[in-house]
Amino acid sequence: MLKYTVRRIFQMIPVFIGVTLILFILRAPGVLPGDPVRMITGERAIPDALREQIVKKHALDQPLHRQYVIYIGNLLQGDLGESYQRGRPVLDIFADKFPNTLRLAFAGIIVEIIIGLTAGIISAVRQYSFLDVLVTLSTSILVSVPVFWLGMLFQIFFGIKLKEWTGGAVHLPISQMSSAEFPDWAHLILPAITLASVSTAYVARIMRSQMLEAMGQDYIRTALAKGLTRRAVTFRHGLKNALIPVVTFVGIDFGVMMGGAILTETVFSWPGVGREIFLAVGQRDWPIVMGGVIIIVFLVMIINLIVDLSYALLDPRIRYGGDAE
Amino acid sequence: MTDHREERPNPRSGVPTDVGGHETRDEATTLPVLPGDLHAVTGLSSRTLWGDAWRRLRRNKLAIIGLIWIVAVVLMTVSADLWVAPLFGDPLTVDTTPGASLQSPSLEHPFGTDKLGRDVFARVVYGARVSLTVGVLAVSISLAIGLMLGALSGYYGRFVDTLVMRSADVFFAFPYILFAIALIAVLGPSYRNVFIAIGILGWPSIARVFRSSILSVKENEYVDAARAMGASDFRIMFRHIMPNAIAPIIVYGTMSIGGAIITEAALSFLGMGVQPPTPSWGLMLSDAKSLMFRAPWLTIWPGFAILTTVLAFVLMGDGLRDALDVKMKE
Repeated sequence: MLKYTVRRIFQMIPVFIGVTLILFILRAPGVLPGDPVRMITGERAIPDALREQIVKKHALDQPLHRQYVIYIGNLLQGDLGESYQRGRPVLDIFADKFPNTLRLAFAGIIVEIIIGLTAGIISAVRQYSFLDVLVTLSTSILVSVPVFWLGMLFQIFFGIKLKEWTGGAVHLPISQMSSAEFPDWAHLILPAITLASVSTAYVARIMRSQMLEAMGQDYIRTALAKGLTRRAVTFRHGLKNALIPVVTFVGIDFGVMMGGAILTETVFSWPGVGREIFLAVGQRDWPIVMGGVIIIVFLVMIINLIVDLSYALLDPRIRYGGDAE
Repeated sequence: MTDHREERPNPRSGVPTDVGGHETRDEATTLPVLPGDLHAVTGLSSRTLWGDAWRRLRRNKLAIIGLIWIVAVVLMTVSADLWVAPLFGDPLTVDTTPGASLQSPSLEHPFGTDKLGRDVFARVVYGARVSLTVGVLAVSISLAIGLMLGALSGYYGRFVDTLVMRSADVFFAFPYILFAIALIAVLGPSYRNVFIAIGILGWPSIARVFRSSILSVKENEYVDAARAMGASDFRIMFRHIMPNAIAPIIVYGTMSIGGAIITEAALSFLGMGVQPPTPSWGLMLSDAKSLMFRAPWLTIWPGFAILTTVLAFVLMGDGLRDALDVKMKE
């Protein structure tokens, strides 16, 4: 187990180097349009001394490979540099945004697990029933829905139309702006459902197919033959064995939600990490983009590792030996 | 691979067909065979793989609905100059007459008009051109890169395999939409760069799917046979392995077109894609955002167009997977 963990951590290194290299190539002079100093100072003319100071501070006078080494060196010491435009350390900026993203992601994962698992289990237990067809069809539709459109529809329907129809009695908050009208958690409802929509469909699909496979196994027949109730067999024998791929998916998805929530965050004006990076791309504030992506990639790798290691806890048949793949 | 087919009379000649007929037949008429061997399933060796696949596909109602919708969208948008423009108005012409903008849906403007007085129905129909072109071109680029690298990786293994698969890992490690945005920031937001960026980002999945497909196909005895007969790597690859490994790619490629359409819409929605005044569904939704509550029809129809078109490709992909008997992980 320890050997496996160490090897996995070593495997992360080349991927991590690849990611940082690509980010560096993308911002290389001549690749990315615009003069970085201009990005920092704006269009107004500046004295040469100040210009030099800025160039020094961000190591812009160094050749690219030197800049890379400096950047990685700082990174290893926990320094992600300073934003061009906001004059703040990148780490501080994301420290502000991460709680928002985490809250949204957690809420999304909860929606995904509750709705996705339930739909998948019902669908599998009642295979070919009306409910099964309904679940299967809605998952196909859900994976085809653009999330930002879904968010907009939710806002129109739950924010405005519902209010009109019920005479102002029932509606939901449509952005993160806090108000006296709603408790804090209520602001999470619509963004969380929007963010989780596509993943919920995938969870339901994976759950259904895994559950069907598990329920076809010999030990299920044995358990039924022993006289256990259907319910006990379904949950204790079927569900337990069908869960691993779902756990994998949810784990990976949690990582995806860290950075991939830009669309949901844009539609709901949610000040999260993805939106921050997106805005920084527009402003050519490259330290924020690089820092943000690196943080996300790092988190995703850690989450994936935890997910893989958790298999051994979930399934006693899986043991990571020295030579297992 | 052992051949599961039984010896059975050939309906035309009355002579038993040779067992394992494919391998001994003339090269030019060799049929591609899937690992599942569809001929064994149907019991009719005179049928072709594609004929069988089509027969199965035809029985899948949802896939056929998807196919019909795709064909309908293509026909509508290709012929749009003939009927949409004269009937509902040009998608680009701004109408400044008072009261022309933000009209709610009517007979004259079935989907209403936008804030510049342009007919939304016309813009939705013309918008299909952008979506479909970007979808097909992006996936073509992904296929070109992905198939090549996947083939190299699967066929040669070892160092090439490690290099290609590690690069794929790097691409997978990036948050997808952020990577697309960063690429567009470098390339500059435009119609052409959108499909280039989506195409570049799509190769790792194609390469992975094709690689694993090749890995399983290349274990077949007919590949060893071809090698023993002195066939070149190139010939083995293109004549013996490719035709048998391509089915998962067809399924994946079809679904990817849907994915590329959504990504194009998302990028255009964020202002990092197709630029105005080109009618694009994502761009229309971006314009609709500030008018969401005043003019909901601006939001509803472009999104509906994206949903139905993407859904059509997803249903087609599902149908093809069943028809071609491809086993894929979710």
